[in-house]
Amino acid sequence: MSATDMPTRTKAPLLSVRELKKHFPIRGGILGRQQAVVQAVDGVSFEVAAGETLGIVGESGCGKSTTAKLLIGLTQMDDGDIVLDGQRLGPDLSLKALRRDIQMVFQDSYASLNPRMTIADSVAFGARVQGLDDPQGRAHRLMARVGLDPDRFGGRYPHELSGGQRQRVNIARALAMSPKVVVLDEAVSALDKSVEAQVLNLLADLREEFGLTYIFISHDLNVVRYISDRILVMYLGEVVEVAPVDNIWETPAHPYTRSLFSAMPSMDPDNRTTKPPLSGDPPNPIDPPSGCRFHTRCPMASEVCKRKHPVLGRMAQGSPHWVACHLHDPASGHPKAVEEAPA
Amino acid sequence: MAQVEAELHPQAEAAPKPQGYWSGVIRRLAGDKVAMACLIVIALLILSAVFAPWLGLADPYRGSMIARLKPIGTEGHILGTDEQGRDMLARLIYGGRLTLFIGLMPVVFAFFIGSALGIAAGYVGGMTNTIIMRVVDVFFAFPSVLLAIAISGALGAGITNSLVSLTIVFIPPVTRVAEAVTSGVRSLDYIDAARASGAGALTVIRVHVIGNVLSPIFVYATSLTSVCMILAAGLSFLGIGVRPPEPEWGLMLNTLRAAIYVDPWLAALPGVMIFATSLCLNLLSDGLRSAMNVRD
Repeated sequence: MSATDMPTRTKAPLLSVRELKKHFPIRGGILGRQQAVVQAVDGVSFEVAAGETLGIVGESGCGKSTTAKLLIGLTQMDDGDIVLDGQRLGPDLSLKALRRDIQMVFQDSYASLNPRMTIADSVAFGARVQGLDDPQGRAHRLMARVGLDPDRFGGRYPHELSGGQRQRVNIARALAMSPKVVVLDEAVSALDKSVEAQVLNLLADLREEFGLTYIFISHDLNVVRYISDRILVMYLGEVVEVAPVDNIWETPAHPYTRSLFSAMPSMDPDNRTTKPPLSGDPPNPIDPPSGCRFHTRCPMASEVCKRKHPVLGRMAQGSPHWVACHLHDPASGHPKAVEEAPA
Repeated sequence: MAQVEAELHPQAEAAPKPQGYWSGVIRRLAGDKVAMACLIVIALLILSAVFAPWLGLADPYRGSMIARLKPIGTEGHILGTDEQGRDMLARLIYGGRLTLFIGLMPVVFAFFIGSALGIAAGYVGGMTNTIIMRVVDVFFAFPSVLLAIAISGALGAGITNSLVSLTIVFIPPVTRVAEAVTSGVRSLDYIDAARASGAGALTVIRVHVIGNVLSPIFVYATSLTSVCMILAAGLSFLGIGVRPPEPEWGLMLNTLRAAIYVDPWLAALPGVMIFATSLCLNLLSDGLRSAMNVRD
């Protein structure tokens, strides 16, 4: 895939990520020589339009969280480009400036707050660091906005709050710098269902109010479907499918996406899956399979899948649905390719 | 109206006022009888050492050939006299000045230097960590007593050299604890969140790391004070610490050991002081450790 031909929308993207790559070396032996490489994120590209919410799904270990950390530079990328609002990280945009425009909410609401700092100070910290005016006032306004009375909660410590309240604090903290993009890394996964729903609604409201763009990472497909405009599916550090939420829900194209969706418990007892979902663990990212990384578990795998690495391409001319699978490429040489591909 | 409010939000009224961490520590420590007793003993020792010249004691340096080795309870010399006829009470109290100074200051120095090294190693990680921690590991190859004697012996006798050698002895263990605690804190999300807000390493360390790592390091350092006291006295006992005629408990133990057959009680007095002080420091450190343990 060339850099100009990206899974894009009609609008100019607010954030565009190109060929993001992160390989973690595994060192061993007495001299700490590099023994192997974990290909945590390998050539991930996507674009997000302003005001859009991109959901990222995939099994644990597929590189979702590493991608999130690469986006705000918490982990240093090995290769790739991050372009925010037309400015490239590095030449045009400093890391500090990027970190003001992209903020993150973490999964563990307790670990992500300094236990020795009051809630109000935690929320105000970022604004203070970035030199924004009136950090304390900002903190108070945002706490009130996320539903925590600043006079009651401002002086409290994290352990005095419930999980849902703490996650509201984390959201307020992320918003304190007026970011454009908020990365939500499993932000609601640790909350119980009723609190999760409240926080999701709060996130949806904040998105409207502040014109935010979300990158929403979760393993919970229902939650991702509820909040996202588009869904990106990752497998072993690679993007296998990107599509608007309705498209991917109606017609999941990649065999991995299909098995992921079929593993979802259905609310309707007559509609329960009887076919077994994917078996086994994902292969080791230290030594990923040749060709298509999914071929070892794919029910549709053919000879070509072991040899040739599929590239992300549109399902049809002008379609917003992108997939990296030989089945949808008539020229790939996969025996079932033509009949599978929609017109 | 206010009443209605209170009824509607009973939680709001009952909510405890946010309390500082240290006020809680002091409150818990005050409830610990053993720790408080030890604190009083140590406070008395320090106060008497500091104010020794104003306590109306005999001159700790002036001996008398005719009043040598008077037993405990002698008139004019409540705790007797030493082998040169100097007043034991005065020498023990004046001795506390040097002994406590050499016994505590190396830990204070090591606390600051070791914390700085350990926090740097733990926060930065990678190569910096490897270099600092491997150098520290080298010092662990030697037993602390041996190391103190070796360094002191090489530098020569004297108070400054004792301080230097003991500080070197205590930097590695403090560094190791500081590094372990910092690496633990470093991996928590709130450090990532702070970095993600654009704060530089020094700001993150100052605001988010130090407050969360200093108390365990501090508690560990207090547990080293008793060992340091004993080592300092040991150096003087061996003649590579404080030089005569300065009063110092370890040195006094050494000079009085010839008198152990004549008056064992008298000869044991400096040892009793060392024992009591290090025991109190140890118990106080234990009390502090449990008082600082906030959770459960």
